[in-house]
Amino acid sequence: MVNLIWLAFILIGFIYAALNGDVEAMSRAVFDGAKTGVTVCFSLISILVFWLGMMKIAERAGLLDALARLLRPVIRWIFPGIPRDHPAIGYIISNLSANMLGLGNAATPMGIKAMQELKKLSPHNDEASPEMCTLLALNTSGITLIPTTIIAIRINFGSANPAEIVGTTLLATACSTAAAILFDRWFRYLHSRK
Amino acid sequence: MFAAITTISIWAIPVIVVLIPLYAAIKKVPVYETFVDGAKDGFQTAINIIPHLVGMMVAISIFRESGALDALVNLLRPLLERFGIPGEVLPLSLLRPITGAGSLAFTTDLIREHGPDSLIGRMASTIQGSTDTTLYVLTVYFGAVGIRKISYSLKVGLLTDIVGFTAAIIICLLVFT
Repeated sequence: MVNLIWLAFILIGFIYAALNGDVEAMSRAVFDGAKTGVTVCFSLISILVFWLGMMKIAERAGLLDALARLLRPVIRWIFPGIPRDHPAIGYIISNLSANMLGLGNAATPMGIKAMQELKKLSPHNDEASPEMCTLLALNTSGITLIPTTIIAIRINFGSANPAEIVGTTLLATACSTAAAILFDRWFRYLHSRK
Repeated sequence: MFAAITTISIWAIPVIVVLIPLYAAIKKVPVYETFVDGAKDGFQTAINIIPHLVGMMVAISIFRESGALDALVNLLRPLLERFGIPGEVLPLSLLRPITGAGSLAFTTDLIREHGPDSLIGRMASTIQGSTDTTLYVLTVYFGAVGIRKISYSLKVGLLTDIVGFTAAIIICLLVFT
């Protein structure tokens, strides 16, 4: 899918430029685009270095565990099919907490661990169980507290107030997470009636 | 309500930057050493993004400079402007569920073109931050445990993306205009 989109951008761009008689613009675009890509990545270094440092402090101080305790009752309600005290719950909580703090690198291995545990509970070998679908839904809805990457990019392009989108992002992410839970419940219900 | 959102935006980062080390220090964590230890990973993470972002930035740059992007936006504009939505952000909604690097590149491009403090810049920022790359998450998580029949999960993911995108636009229109 990504391969197709990438190729489509380049091909359509080329055909359009050729029809407009401005193929030169395309060579300029190639070098400008590459340069912007690198510049943006370098501007990300500062924020990522700082933020991952902060998050390490949070992790070692036990803040991740505190967040996990707070989330436990909610998780039990969202995942009714997991037996009490099953190890999957711990992994799910770590996965979601890490996601909320913007620790994508820590979230992914935890999410995969949780999936492995959920697979042990599932009667089918290669089919996603309802609990697996729920975990996926929560992960794709992108629960974030601080959108660090975007803030870094806004700083790079001279925003007067780079963090002004924190509140709007928080509210939007709350909407999409609520939607994820509702849609998941609805499809889980339809699925169970089949 | 909207004043509260602005207040949260202004206070969120300073408060977190103070509270985390303070709480850790009370818990007897060596804050500075721990900070340096964790910060090491940041450099590598940023460097790892370079190939993805360069590849996508070039493709999007070609698409925009050739005039193809303007043509697409003009096609969609009449429909969206009835609701006060700038047509420029719509391609982002199509890219966001499919490619993380692609949508990050597109957001960056919008911010560069229109400025981070324009309505388009703020909307793009909010959209980028408020949903995740559905297809990527699905591939990684299910792929890692050998799930081939994905059941209804893609439907839920994409419907969620539509809600997230719509919410981001409405919230930005309410807060920033």
